Amino acid sequence: MRHCDTIRLTPAELPAAADSLLSVLGDTPSAHGRMQMAYVCRCAADAVDVIYVLSQGANQPYKVWRVRPDDNALPSLANKLPLLGWYEREMADLYGLRFDGHPEPHPLVLHEGMPRDPAPLAHRFDVQAAALDFTPQPPTVPQVLGPDIQRLPFGPVRADIVESAQFLFFYIGEGILHYHPRLFYKHRAMESRFEGQTLRAGAVLAERVSGIDSVAHALAYAQAVEGAMGWRAPPRARYLRVILAELERLYNHLHYLGHLAKTTTLKVAEAEGHLLEERVKQINARLTGSRFLRGLITPGGLRRDLDISGLDKALDAITADIDSYLLRLENTRSHLDRLMTTGTLPRQVAFDQGATGPIERASDLDRDLRRDHPYANYEKVRFSVPVQQAGDAHARSLVRMEEIHESLAIIRQTIGRTKPGEVLRFEPMEEPDPQGEGLGWVEATRGGLLYAVHLSADRSRLSRVKIKDPSFSNWRVFPFTVEDSNMMDYAINEASSACPSPVPTGKGERPCRYGPGWAGTKAAPLPPGRSVPGTTVRMACSVCRGWTRRAVSPATVDAAIAPPPARRRPSRCATVACSSTTHAA
Amino acid sequence: MQLDYARCVGCQLCTEVCPEGAFSVSHDWAFAVRDKADLLNPGRVAAAPQPADDSADATALAAEIKAFGRSLHIRHVDAGSCNGCESELQALLNPFYNLHRLGIFFTPSPRFADLLLVTGPVTAAMREPLLRTYEAMPQPRWVMAAGTCATGGGTNGGGYACHQGLDGILPVDVWLPGCPPNPAALIEALLLLLRQRAQRVHGGVYEHA
Repeated sequence: MRHCDTIRLTPAELPAAADSLLSVLGDTPSAHGRMQMAYVCRCAADAVDVIYVLSQGANQPYKVWRVRPDDNALPSLANKLPLLGWYEREMADLYGLRFDGHPEPHPLVLHEGMPRDPAPLAHRFDVQAAALDFTPQPPTVPQVLGPDIQRLPFGPVRADIVESAQFLFFYIGEGILHYHPRLFYKHRAMESRFEGQTLRAGAVLAERVSGIDSVAHALAYAQAVEGAMGWRAPPRARYLRVILAELERLYNHLHYLGHLAKTTTLKVAEAEGHLLEERVKQINARLTGSRFLRGLITPGGLRRDLDISGLDKALDAITADIDSYLLRLENTRSHLDRLMTTGTLPRQVAFDQGATGPIERASDLDRDLRRDHPYANYEKVRFSVPVQQAGDAHARSLVRMEEIHESLAIIRQTIGRTKPGEVLRFEPMEEPDPQGEGLGWVEATRGGLLYAVHLSADRSRLSRVKIKDPSFSNWRVFPFTVEDSNMMDYAINEASSACPSPVPTGKGERPCRYGPGWAGTKAAPLPPGRSVPGTTVRMACSVCRGWTRRAVSPATVDAAIAPPPARRRPSRCATVACSSTTHAA
Repeated sequence: MQLDYARCVGCQLCTEVCPEGAFSVSHDWAFAVRDKADLLNPGRVAAAPQPADDSADATALAAEIKAFGRSLHIRHVDAGSCNGCESELQALLNPFYNLHRLGIFFTPSPRFADLLLVTGPVTAAMREPLLRTYEAMPQPRWVMAAGTCATGGGTNGGGYACHQGLDGILPVDVWLPGCPPNPAALIEALLLLLRQRAQRVHGGVYEHA
């Protein structure tokens, strides 16, 4: 596979390979490396391969393990690499594979009650086939017994205009004992729909996997195909792709802040956040004809050129409003009071369980594909990657606020560097991948998004497309932030994660969920004096109410994540003063 | 050659690949219709715009609408959308579109809802919750299929995981294709339901006001 070191393993070698991964790359978050995804690829008429994709750290090629299951079975690696747990369950549900020794061998993508034999993708996907007909059954949850324990199933049709999912709470009074999100009500077999499509039609489909991530999906798909074909998009197209991707981040983050303000009951801040989102969507529409920036990105470049001459003025018109909006949010104590210490996600849990995007960066994991594995033209622009240490809802919102500023700066730089030229090019710039396989990656709004693309023998059609969506990773992590928290904070926690957040530290060691192979939930101590690139934090000054940038020292961090005082107060506000001399006294 | 707007996602690939240039890009946007057949352009035969002959229906409906004092309450159900439609539905509530000014509200409970607004092609797992939501609504009740997935499956319908939209699952009063329909189109569709706007598409042909 292009951009990857590929090795073939036998099923018997798999556990040892997983062990060596922990010893070679290390089990600590600073090692950067991590399993990214695992999927099934039908490589011959009667055989499937399971393909594991690993990240080996910044600027290193990805690593690929190919394993052919024996008699449809593989040893489960979920006890060693917990974030693989969901991928293995997905393969078990859809392809009928067995993963021996899986710690949670329950249905995931196919709900309880759905016909599982034969597995829906044991044979080729047929779009003409009838939808599964079944009688819904309750989900598999641990037995929770006790006289005062209440059980609350919420969804799949929930209040408000939201996506369908069901959440099961087991709680006593306000305290949540167990939380079980039942997702995949919306399973649409999207990956299978790519099979047999032309390369161009695949981009249209990729845009329809997730509407508010249309650019990210189309871009990751296009880059995967370009890798397999040996194409390289022209420079102008690569710069325009950066602009499109950052516009998408911008409207998503503004929506996020509006929604977060809604959960802390700030009506005006909610309206204002959503109005700013609307203004960016209208900029999108004027620029591209689509509020979701659809219909442009395609393998080889862009389908048509864009006139970006008015974009800087359009952004100038809203920049001051965005800045003042963020500043006022950071100066609203009732808002901060609900966010701070809510939904804390410890660094080690975020790493082990596979958190990605702003959620991992709010838990002090300094990773961003735009910087670590540059694509499009991100290596040509300067930007910093905001990282926060506290891991709570406030940290997650601060990371996104910073990213808004960075996105605006990236777009401005890119506008200045975009020169006239062609935007679509199909000549191979390097040898096509011999197997016709490519890997594409994008730092989407919600985190790392990967596409693995396998082309047909004549390279004109798609034979297999695997999508690793950031929300698939983050939803797996979210329950760790909910259990032991309280019902009142749940909505805030969910909104702050845009899928969510916390295991409060200091409430004693939680039982280890995944057996002895798992490191446990203890928070990784911050290395003393460690300096992380870009570890400055934008904070609102308590005197002049303006933004100030603070380098974060371990002492500050310790203070920030120390157990809250008996009465929670956003004490940070009182201690931050900017360097202006006018109010130094 | 036929053009079925109920299945069109607006990708515009047809305008790029058609050797005869039979398709061109337009700026048409308000595609809501009461009868799904109006979304099908049968081809070269000049489509005869059909005069609305549902006056008897209209009278009955007008009486119903009057009963609600012009206020409409919507229960939205996501039956497997890509979340583009949800994003535009949420935009209806922002200060720019401010749907409340029209006396139209989203309600959490189907028991208070007049209109069931469905997005997505209807996944296998969402079929039952969707039907149960519909059954929980008091009568009279209406259904709107919003977005191309709900009107005809779009790119995401069919196979073991999805149905082909609301056809054969619920009785639909307004069909609104679009991928996604923009907020203005959603408002037009709601007003079409309330008989405050005229239908613009007949026989697959868009009539400009």
